[in-house]
Formats: sequence, structure tokens, C-alpha cells
Amino acid sequence: MHTLMMNVNGSDVRVDIYPDETLAEVLRDRLGLIGTKVACGEGECGACTVLIDGVAVTSCITPAMKAHGRRVVTIEGLSEDKELHVIQQAFVDATASQCGYCTPGFIMATKALLDANPNPTRDEIMHGISGNLCRCTGYYQIVDAVALAAKRLAEEEQS
Amino acid sequence: MWQEYLFATSVEHALELLSRYEGRAQLIAGGTDLVLQSQRGECPATVMVDIIRIPGLNHIQEQDGHIVIGAQVTHAQIAASPLIREKAPILAMACAQVGGPQIRNAGTLVGNVINAQPAADGAVALFALDAELEVATPEGRRWEPIAHVYRGVGVCTINPCQEMVTAVRFRPLTGACGCNYQRLARRKALTLPTLVVAAVLEMTGDAIKWARIAIGPVAPTPYRAADAEAYLIGKKAEESVFAEAGQLAAAKARPRDSLIRGSGEYRTAMVGVLVRRAIAAAAQQCYGRR
Repeated sequence: MHTLMMNVNGSDVRVDIYPDETLAEVLRDRLGLIGTKVACGEGECGACTVLIDGVAVTSCITPAMKAHGRRVVTIEGLSEDKELHVIQQAFVDATASQCGYCTPGFIMATKALLDANPNPTRDEIMHGISGNLCRCTGYYQIVDAVALAAKRLAEEEQS
Repeated sequence: MWQEYLFATSVEHALELLSRYEGRAQLIAGGTDLVLQSQRGECPATVMVDIIRIPGLNHIQEQDGHIVIGAQVTHAQIAASPLIREKAPILAMACAQVGGPQIRNAGTLVGNVINAQPAADGAVALFALDAELEVATPEGRRWEPIAHVYRGVGVCTINPCQEMVTAVRFRPLTGACGCNYQRLARRKALTLPTLVVAAVLEMTGDAIKWARIAIGPVAPTPYRAADAEAYLIGKKAEESVFAEAGQLAAAKARPRDSLIRGSGEYRTAMVGVLVRRAIAAAAQQCYGRR
């Protein structure tokens, strides 16, 4: 076993893991953070997207040890005091979720996109979420949700 | 899968670990290919030596007439680099096409090369840039032309259980050069290409001084279209010349029929089309600068 020490959603955690565990396995199976979804398991669909030091990665193909000493943010880390994060609320309001399995990954990809580019064009949004697949909604509502989130975050910033 | 995960603190430390485990240890950078290979049982190493935390391997810089890119530099960093976008735009374009944003955030260009897949976007661009790799071994360091390190599909002459590629370098493209990158794929993102062509050329007056054309994945490794390159020297930049160069390049393509990538016949024909388009666009870029 290896000892993995990392900060997850603002809390320092220390967890003993097998050296070949993926970050998605550690988050879901050892820490109970099952908001991170594993769909393809091959880094092809983005459902398992989390942020490591602010950078979006597919946690299903990230060796968990890569997070050692790093800050990890998962979908559970976005909301505060049971209030949905602006991006989460935008996905609800734009009906950007159908079966919902891809949604946490899309929201984390959106977080990374808007942190880097708070005012993206529609093309930049499509590019920003191009690492995530949805098999239900067909992306239009998702792009709308990202645009809505960007607009609301900008308004929040101004007020 | 592996049973131990270690972080190397220097290139020397990485080599020492590889040597200590006598073939049972392998280097890992982004891991976007390696983790899957290991899960599928295609990677015999039981010890992973992570190079991502070694100081001094995360640079993109101009140095002694070359652009040098360190082994930790990701596709996302290259695609966003002002230096690469200005002086080797085909590499920025190629790196922007790999996987999706999450994969580009983790996967490194050097890892893309070491993995030795003929469909590696970044590697095809590096062929057109005549790139070299810096290989660190216990005996010292050497530079190897990229064409020398590809032996076959997924087979690289550099052994990641013994040696380490620390950087890749190439000459920056001057203002007299034009370049272009063409990619054919079933979707715009998250997919391997059916065909990619990278072209670089320099013009003097209306004539092509030299051209470099790299193609993948229509043979076991990316390759340069030598016949087309030789033909283009001294030729006037015009449509009939571009088309002839495309035909010469297509004659050397040996794509297999693939359920994923299309029939060999189709892809051979498309080599001609994409080479023609790439050279025409590269020449156009030269004219555009005047």
C-alpha cells in the first residue's frame, strides 16, 4: 500500500491505497465521493472529470498517486452550504441534464473553462466541453447552460 | 497493473531507478496511454517512475537556434504557447487536436512520441519540423532524429525501462516559411485521425525552395513523403504542381483497410487530396506575408 495525501474539496485527506488505483477509484470507493462518474473508463467521455490544481483531467485514467500533495476538486466541492453552485443551477435551469450521468463531468469541465475564460463565445464553449460526451440531450442545452452560467457569474462579479 | 509508484526527483534519479529495477520499472508522464495499456496487460512493468515532478523539464524555449520543449510539456501547453504558435504553428495546431481538453491537460508531447502510434498528431507535426529527441542514458545524452525512433506500430527504439527522453527540439520556422496541418477524422474532438498531413515549405520568389511533408497514419509509422518533397524543389507554386505532389505522396501510402479509419483505397486517395491542400495552404501563407 502507498499513502496518498491530498486536499479534496478543501479538506486534507490521508488514505492508504494500492499503488495502481486510479484517482476515480480512490474518490468513489475510498472517499465515498460518488458524484464523480465513471462511464467509459478510458478517458474518452469526460464523465469522471475533476480538477487537480485547477486543471481538468479524466480521473479514470489518472493514477491516484499523481494527486499526492495536490488540490483536487470534485463535483461535491462546488456547492456551498447546500446551495447549488451557479454552474449547477444553470444546468438545472437550462434543462441540460437528462439521465444525468455525464452531468458532473460537464459541470467540472465548465468550471475549468469559465475559470480560464469567464466570457467564452459559443465556439469556445463547444471547444471547452469537447472532452465530454452526452448521449441524451444532444449538447444544445448544455451549451446554453454554460452560457447561462457565464452570464450569471459575470453578474455576480459585478454586484 | 503496477505494484509500486515512485516519483523521480531528477533525470539521474529516474535513470537510477530504471537501472535498479532492471527492466521492471517504466517511466510515466501524463499516463493517458500508459494507464490503459497497463490495465489491458500490455505493459509488463511493475514499477512506475513518474517524471512529472522532476524540476526543469517543463520548458518551451528558444535556445541556440532551436525551439526546445521539455518532456513534461503537455499538448495543452504547446497548443497555447505563443512561441509555438508563432514559430511552429503546425505543432500548435496538431497538439490542439489530440483527444479532448482533459487529455491534452495530462498527455505530454514526448509521451505521444514514445508511444509510437502512427496516428499521433503531435509526432506527425514533429516529422515535418525535422525534430530531434534528447535521450538521456546512464552513459550520457544524445540527440536522435525523430524518424529514427519509430520502428513500427507502437514500437519505439527508445526503451522506457532504460532510457529517458528529456526534450524535443527543432528549428523554428522563419518568416519565409509557410506551413499547414490537415486532419481528417470522423468527429471534431475525442477521436483518432483517419489521416493527418503536416507540410512546411519555403519559397524564393514564385518557386518552392524546399518542402517537408509528413503523413500519418497510413503506414506503420508516420513518414515523410520524400518523392513529393524532391519533386517540389524549384517548382512554381501552382495548382498542377500541388496536385502532382499529392499523387507522388499517395503512391507511397500503404494504408490497411480499417473498419474505424476507412478503406485503404479511400485513405490512399485522401493522401493525395490532403497533401495537395496542405502544400497549397502553406504556399498561400508565404504569399500572404509579402
